[in-house]
Amino acid sequence: MVTPTKTNVEQTGDVAVMRFEGDITSASEEAVLGKYKSLASTTKTILLDFAKVPYLNSSGIALVIQLMMAASKASQKVLCFGLSAHFNKVFTMLGLAKYTTLHADEKAARAAAA
Amino acid sequence: MITEPIVTELRLPTRLGFEKVAMDTAASVAQIMGFSDDRVDDLKTAVAEACINAIEHGNQLNNLLGVVVTMSMGEASLEVRIRDQGPGVSEEMHTPDIDRKMLGEETPRGMGMFLIQALVDEVEYVSGQPTGGNYARLTIHLHAPKTDRGEGQ
Repeated sequence: MVTPTKTNVEQTGDVAVMRFEGDITSASEEAVLGKYKSLASTTKTILLDFAKVPYLNSSGIALVIQLMMAASKASQKVLCFGLSAHFNKVFTMLGLAKYTTLHADEKAARAAAA
Repeated sequence: MITEPIVTELRLPTRLGFEKVAMDTAASVAQIMGFSDDRVDDLKTAVAEACINAIEHGNQLNNLLGVVVTMSMGEASLEVRIRDQGPGVSEEMHTPDIDRKMLGEETPRGMGMFLIQALVDEVEYVSGQPTGGNYARLTIHLHAPKTDRGEGQ
């Protein structure tokens, strides 16, 4: 069965890190979009941490796209890190890399955001 | 040497989440056959998406119906057939347009069929079987790089 998604948000100044843990599927709306809505209104940069996401399907990716749409409207920058090589490929195939950047780890994502 | 396909079959309930059972079983079969880790990952995503399609679109989430997944291990390829029992039809295949999605002109969903097509070597969809239902047949080959993925094995 699907492992429920937990999202831990760390907010430091205008940077927010959303750390996902568990599967991201159609059942993850609250964990992805709900948590996004809870970010401080002053947030300028959002880092999405996928390091503890073992399973991500197209419905889950659709939620990530919705988050990116909302962030784009709010002029926020979205960076992703911790995706497996396979999901890096999938994100690129689907064109998401046009609207976000994909990084191996948090250090690289933070350096790119700076 | 395999002369007859070695068949593994699963019957899944029409419940989202159970696609992971098919995905993990297909991965185990592919690993036994010697597929590389990246091809196993491709197959896992393709099988999961095909099962979700069968559950959501084929069986229309009717939990009285089932999804049968048949994995046939051949000499140099693995065929996975995903059959639903429902009246629905498969999600329509189209290439997702991220620009249109970001503008809200296209649903953020609707990427499953595209991923399946991109990740395996052959795909066939058959609708309206005489006994009802539809099936998707996915095939990956051990030694045939898929050139339109832009990468070899």
